[in-house]
Amino acid sequence: MFPRPIEKSGPVARIGYQAFLPVALFIWLLPLLAIAVTSIRGAKDINAGNVFGWPSEFKLWENYTAVFTQSEAATYMLNSVLITVPTVLISVSLACLAGYALAIYRFRVALPLFFLFVAGNFIPFQILMVPVRDMSVQTGLYDTIAGQFLFHAAFQTGFCTLFMRNFIKALPFDLIESARIEGVAEWKIFWYVVLPLVRPAVAALAVLIFTFVWNDFFWANVLTQGESAKPITAGVRALNGQFVNNWHLVSAASLLAAIPPVAMFFLMQRHFIAGLTLGAVK
Amino acid sequence: MAHATLPDTDLPTEASWLSRNKLAIAPWFFLAPALVFFAIYVVGPIFESLYLSLFEWNGLYDAQGNSTATYIGFENYVKLWDDPNFWTSLVNNVLWLVLFMLAVPLGLMIALFLNQDVPGMRLYKSLFFFPFVISQVVVGLIFGWFYNPDFGVVGQVYKALYCEETINIVGNVTFKCAGSPPDILSSPEFATYGIIAAGLWPQIAYCMILYLTGLNNVASDQIEAGRLDGAKGWKMLWYVVWPQLRPATFIAVVVTVIGALRSFDMIAIMTQGGPFGSTNVLSHYMYETAISEYGERYGYGSAIAVVLFAIMLVFISYFLWRMYQDEKGGR
Repeated sequence: MFPRPIEKSGPVARIGYQAFLPVALFIWLLPLLAIAVTSIRGAKDINAGNVFGWPSEFKLWENYTAVFTQSEAATYMLNSVLITVPTVLISVSLACLAGYALAIYRFRVALPLFFLFVAGNFIPFQILMVPVRDMSVQTGLYDTIAGQFLFHAAFQTGFCTLFMRNFIKALPFDLIESARIEGVAEWKIFWYVVLPLVRPAVAALAVLIFTFVWNDFFWANVLTQGESAKPITAGVRALNGQFVNNWHLVSAASLLAAIPPVAMFFLMQRHFIAGLTLGAVK
Repeated sequence: MAHATLPDTDLPTEASWLSRNKLAIAPWFFLAPALVFFAIYVVGPIFESLYLSLFEWNGLYDAQGNSTATYIGFENYVKLWDDPNFWTSLVNNVLWLVLFMLAVPLGLMIALFLNQDVPGMRLYKSLFFFPFVISQVVVGLIFGWFYNPDFGVVGQVYKALYCEETINIVGNVTFKCAGSPPDILSSPEFATYGIIAAGLWPQIAYCMILYLTGLNNVASDQIEAGRLDGAKGWKMLWYVVWPQLRPATFIAVVVTVIGALRSFDMIAIMTQGGPFGSTNVLSHYMYETAISEYGERYGYGSAIAVVLFAIMLVFISYFLWRMYQDEKGGR
């Protein structure tokens, strides 16, 4: 282990380290703590300029209900769910199929196709913006939930395929080989042999794509106009305009937007991290 | 073996063709849905953008449903060359790229600090990772508020450092300050640095987690061997640990480059490219140009997108080349 385990450095260093940890964490998360505290303040504190001291009154319930009653926050949250969940389902399913094809079969264009998916995953969104927006307007998908999740699903398929292909490639090839010798049909090999083995990859991708798409802001602006199809990220920005100088309400709305991905991360931490390292650092 | 293949000829020819070419056809069935989807929404639009950048178009169609775009050749690119906003954005993109790279060493530093095994360490590590999980919109809002000269942290710190608190006879508190607190996001000179600093916060967290996983995989026997040879501290880090962290470093650099060039959310939230376009980057300038209140300029916007795409392509090619080397080395 590097650096040297602190236990070997004597009690002073160990206690010092353990005492310093929470301090460091406090400083690191200070911005987040500040909005958490602000989200339970009353308007009085904000107007009096008391934004960093101890709150003079606690308005947890009032503030959060105010966000829901005075704005479209509930619609935004629901929209985010309706956009995110289908995206995850579609992109991960497509990637299981494509990843299997690219990892198991040896054909000439397998590697170029794989690189196409990888490259597509890294391109700037702006190169897609005008055509995708135009296409959405033409097909009536502009300003709809479906318009957003179809695009996200297609785009995220690139990343998912990259991940899935590498994951399947690392499985023992003998399994597939022996199933073929037994005469098992190709789709059955996929369904009964490979799919059960890629469950960890599916979990990793599901949490990651959920977080990516939940936090999307760019496409929410490009593909929506009104309130009806806006996800929470774009909603929070709208709220910021609506609740000018009502920092306690903006903070509460921001935290609401942050909760689902944070919860996702905590529940599936191991998978999340495995996904982030692109499967390269095991 | 010869007679083993004979019964095949008794089967209907179609089935035998299928079964003989099974391994050549099957992958396309598995690939088709993803490929079709990806072609429609990603590959196609890239070429369409390249094409559209040669047109002037406000995004409208005439009554017959034909696009009103007019072909103007490379005029959009000529205009870009003379567009000061474009150059400001490009310079800012370079600034983002260079300064964002700080996330890699800083992430490594925090990872080294956290790579211990005291009680509760797992929780500490995940809490340190928090900034990456939350939306950049929220990060942008938080930092926009932090930088606020009147009631943000910057304002408060300034007050504490440069202001003298005086209480008059009636008991009212007044502040006498040496100048006014800096308004970072309204200053054309510093606003970009302010946004980059905010952007670094989640990016450092990302690099940290990559390095934590990397450190976890450093071969312990090599470290022990290094210790026996008297290596410690910096020497150990440089000669023994760092080489083993190469895969983590590669990914950290990749995601940081991509993150820097993709930066959009923070700018849109914190300054919308202002003041006077001084914080624009290509991604935001493109958006602003293509969809603005003053009418849509799809052609010109596409030209900006093509430039950004070309820059990104340099990096993408390098990444793919590295991956290709690995593939060749692999199987």
